[in-house]
Amino acid sequence: MSSLDKETVRRIAYLSRINVSEEGLSELAGDLTRILDFVEELQEVDVEGCDPLTSVADLTLPLRKDEVTDGNIQQKVLSNAPMTDAGCFVVPKVVE
Amino acid sequence: MTDLTNLTLAEARDGLAKGDYTSVELTEAHLKSMEAHRNLNAYITETPEKAIEMAKASDAKRAKGEAGKMEGLPIAIKDLFCTEGVQTTAASHILEGFKPEYESTVTRNLFDNGAVMLGKANLDEFAMGSSNTSSYYGNVINPWKGKDGKDLVPGGSSGGSAAAVAANMALAATGTDTGGSIRQPASYCGIVGLKPTYGRCSRWGIVAFASSLDQAGPMTKTVRDAAIMLGSMAGHDAKDSTSAPMAVPDFEAALTGDIRGMKIGIPKEYRVDGMPEEISKLWDDGVAMLRYAGAEVVDVSLPHTKYALGTYYIVAPAEASSNLARYDGLRYGQRVMDEGDSLDDMYMKSRAAGFGKEVQRRIMIGTYVLSAGYYDAYYNKALKVRRRIYEDFANAFGSVDTILAPTAPSAAFAIGENEGDPVKMYLNDVFTVPASLAGLPGLSLPTGLSSEGLPLGLQLIGKPFDEETVLRVGGVLESAANFTAKPSGLEG
Repeated sequence: MSSLDKETVRRIAYLSRINVSEEGLSELAGDLTRILDFVEELQEVDVEGCDPLTSVADLTLPLRKDEVTDGNIQQKVLSNAPMTDAGCFVVPKVVE
Repeated sequence: MTDLTNLTLAEARDGLAKGDYTSVELTEAHLKSMEAHRNLNAYITETPEKAIEMAKASDAKRAKGEAGKMEGLPIAIKDLFCTEGVQTTAASHILEGFKPEYESTVTRNLFDNGAVMLGKANLDEFAMGSSNTSSYYGNVINPWKGKDGKDLVPGGSSGGSAAAVAANMALAATGTDTGGSIRQPASYCGIVGLKPTYGRCSRWGIVAFASSLDQAGPMTKTVRDAAIMLGSMAGHDAKDSTSAPMAVPDFEAALTGDIRGMKIGIPKEYRVDGMPEEISKLWDDGVAMLRYAGAEVVDVSLPHTKYALGTYYIVAPAEASSNLARYDGLRYGQRVMDEGDSLDDMYMKSRAAGFGKEVQRRIMIGTYVLSAGYYDAYYNKALKVRRRIYEDFANAFGSVDTILAPTAPSAAFAIGENEGDPVKMYLNDVFTVPASLAGLPGLSLPTGLSSEGLPLGLQLIGKPFDEETVLRVGGVLESAANFTAKPSGLEG
């Protein structure tokens, strides 16, 4: 079930938002197939009646008051941005 | 005066308290050592000015009688911890130049307790790797050398931290462990590494890799040093909802040296086919030492051990693909964009240029196992197997106090070896990944040398939040093994 073709890798690369060249797609298809083959052995484990373990932290998520505890740090928030203007992040045009 | 960089953390702490030297002197000695061993590439960013400034402040604090637990002790910080105003890269090109506006909780705790930062230690990119060969800032070289003199990997992902401690370029270092990233490099570099229980240290401000597994811990020269440093790093933090609201015990007080009557579990499934003779012997020797010290050795079974790596290489990439979605070229980090590019073009170009090969592979594997049609077959299945692995440990700990096993299946290998096949590299984590999946504390300490004269480590795995037992048994094993060898590659 796990041999990946170039088209599947192209789709995964797009979902991951990573540009991959044509040659890169073939190489990745090989690498990803190797990894999927490796994890294939999990299929033989009997997990009947077993709940997925999403966290080992045996905690109920704590609640806090819904109130503002932080803010007014516009300069700090923007300080590492590649491009800013008038206190905003600048993105390429998304609406025609 | 003896070379101050030969001191352990505990010795330096006591020497500072007695006034034998100042933090400035201690820090200067380490800065000199860093300069002398720059060829090892253990640091991505050295912060000598900040170090001296912190050391001066520490000496002034001590003069006022306000010494903290780590007062005046110079350490390296893995470059995965956000440090305010100091470049934090996660060894990735995509974060080159990123200067956090805030301090991670763990480094905040250490600095509040008086620790001095020498610099930011190298690592595998985004902590993904077992050899420190995936850093954008170059390979770290292990200070130890084999008989043929080739450059060896320090292990990973906390390879810079391990090399810095082993080469006396820091009294200790912070590491992080997701599947073995503290313990395996500790073993390869002949030092002590402790991955605490998941939840013991806050993850806030640590660049996230796999959030259900990531945990910070100390990398030190001795077990006592690990106890001291963990006591400073740990503690509940409201900013990390998975950090445990528990008091931090006095870990150093756990080092009683007495393990009489304690039960040590030996998991038979870890004796894998093809285990090298010297690893097998190292393990047997460790068992004999603990028995001689009065512990009872008990066979235990962890039947799902063989599925741990497969589980890990689904769960960790899945979480990584989600965590690393934040590197979008907008809010921080590298942006690659040409005239007329769409938002998607910019995302795709920035991420292609910013992420290295292994990181791209893991993001894509993670994206695939979470994608429609494959979620149940891969991701959900892995989470169920993860529960089986968790239950294995819970069952074993019904009859033993701690578990003893090798840390890694080999000694450090040559740079370039195990490249080209991602799966072969993953096999280095075979003994460390199970405890990570179960969230358990694991301590690696050096107990012997390979036929090549390279350090080999054993690992103690404990019950949740029972670092004290792991440290106590580790202390006894450390005394019995009396590992005194030093890296041969340090001269010149």
